Amino acid sequence: MSVRRLDPNQPESFEFTPENLEWAKGQIAKYPDGRQASAIIPLLWQAQKQAGGWLPEPAIRYVADMLGMAYIRAMEVATFYTMFNLTPVGEHFVQVCGTTPCWLRGADDIKDACKKHIGPEKTLSADGKMSWMEVECLGACVNAPMVQINDDYYEDLDGAKMEEIIKALRDGKDVTPGPQSSRKTSEPIGGLTSLTEVPGAGGK
Amino acid sequence: MLKDQDRIFTNLYGYDDWGLDGARRRGDWDGTKDIIAKGKDWIIEEMKQSGLRGRGGAGFPTGLKWSFMPKESDGRPHYLVVNADESEPGTCKDREIMRHDPHKLVEGCLIAGFAMNANAGYIYVRGEFIRERERLQAAVDQAYEAGLLGKNAAGSGWDFDLYVHHGAGAYICGEETALIESLEGKKGMPRLKPPFPANAGLYGAPTTVNNVESIAVAPTILRRGATWFAGLGRPNNTGTKLFCISGHVNQPCNVEEEMGISMRELIDKHAGGVRGGWDNLLAVIPGGSSVPMIPKSICDDVLMDFDSLKEVQSGLGTAAVIVMDKSTDVIKAIARISAFYKHESCGQCTPCREGTGWMWRVVERMARGEADKSEIDLLLDVTKRVEGHTICALGDAAAWPVQGLIRHFRHVIEERIDSRQGAATVAAE
Repeated sequence: MSVRRLDPNQPESFEFTPENLEWAKGQIAKYPDGRQASAIIPLLWQAQKQAGGWLPEPAIRYVADMLGMAYIRAMEVATFYTMFNLTPVGEHFVQVCGTTPCWLRGADDIKDACKKHIGPEKTLSADGKMSWMEVECLGACVNAPMVQINDDYYEDLDGAKMEEIIKALRDGKDVTPGPQSSRKTSEPIGGLTSLTEVPGAGGK
Repeated sequence: MLKDQDRIFTNLYGYDDWGLDGARRRGDWDGTKDIIAKGKDWIIEEMKQSGLRGRGGAGFPTGLKWSFMPKESDGRPHYLVVNADESEPGTCKDREIMRHDPHKLVEGCLIAGFAMNANAGYIYVRGEFIRERERLQAAVDQAYEAGLLGKNAAGSGWDFDLYVHHGAGAYICGEETALIESLEGKKGMPRLKPPFPANAGLYGAPTTVNNVESIAVAPTILRRGATWFAGLGRPNNTGTKLFCISGHVNQPCNVEEEMGISMRELIDKHAGGVRGGWDNLLAVIPGGSSVPMIPKSICDDVLMDFDSLKEVQSGLGTAAVIVMDKSTDVIKAIARISAFYKHESCGQCTPCREGTGWMWRVVERMARGEADKSEIDLLLDVTKRVEGHTICALGDAAAWPVQGLIRHFRHVIEERIDSRQGAATVAAE
């Protein structure tokens, strides 16, 4: 478990944009009548996106009202699931996987790069553009070490590559997500050891 | 080594088109209607005959699980729920299915849904897999457009709706009843069993929860026949399996191989061998972070399947092979896993909520040598008091890595304590 608290500075109110409201209705329709509470995670997630990467307290109440849930039930969900950021994060929010498979391949170097070029963990960088935190296994272990920045995974990293990514993002440049190495996805980097005879699969 | 013609996931690396056209070219959605026409009993019997054991970690026979669903509805709907909350450290196979071969999963959902009388299915994707979720949703949309889902899906006469749902960063939601709770809009806290989901699952209705890989291989098994699948691997450990080889190997990768391949062959053939050569191997966690590690002496000739790894007091789990060479601080490696379980415990059961933190703090101290040797047995005793005393298996999963460490590397912990005490004595003089 982890201790999670709401940010002391909260906006006055929150409501979905018309587009998000439409989208939310579509999400609620995925579940049977009377089971609209099922949509809470997707809706809170969308609220977090709209609010700039973190989930303000009025948004939790707004979503609870929309789904006919008691505020405390929505609050439980918001505090239980760790992808809901209860305090503001940077425009580029770097989540460094530090669990054993990534740690074995140098996740500590990635953390050092973040400390050096972004600042202390879970605080906004001096320019307000970035923040970072260590997270648990992100499920890309054969491409370790790796980070998630906003919606994308950046894989096959080392300290130097991480520094380059941070600099590029800070300068407003695009970085191509995925493996930062010569491979396309999760195949062995030295060449295929399987699927060589399958048309298409081997890139033929 | 498995021949390419026996591989199920022929677009594992995403070199080919993930979409419907590519999927059809790879043989997906071929004769789905005819499979369904053979009836529920035939499908379930064929799945049983194939010997497929669930690919999510526990290895429960898939066909048997499907057969637990009530044959007739008592008025409640039936649900298929697919567990795509892949979060077991070391595991990254379902991700490849979702982003590179999503139609295998979608087709599997229709067939499995039909076999268990379900007209609706939910796929619960872990929150972090945002791009994978988008890809899967796109595949579902394609299937609807082509008439492969919805009313009279694939012309089979069966109505089936499939929805993509997601979580928000909770490992525990990979436990099937926690997943159901989460899908109902609550905290992901596991339920007591019984009642089992097949009797009272999602919204109190009969539900079966299956892993992505288990569902995605079903259409190919049914097309090629149970005998084909059962002919691969060893008895009770049949078929092919996606392996994720991470850690200290020259070429970490995902690969589909035959069950029962030797660990050494798997690592040498596909992952380019252990960094520094096989003799530089220290230990391997063979099935994701939950299973106990095994030292090189066992790795030398162990086979990669459920029963072989169980015999050496470990497990196949999700077939996530985490390799550690001799440079590894093995106590620290396990301490990091203990930190993971402490972070991911849902907090419901006291032995797990308190025990995971306790184990983590002690292993951390042991990594620094700041412990007394008597604490090793105390720690082992605590793991036994957590194991088997919680609602779900997270308590067990947190205990096993520590037990594996003490079983095989007690001497390393003792040496660490000795060297620190030696240093302290020198400093005092």
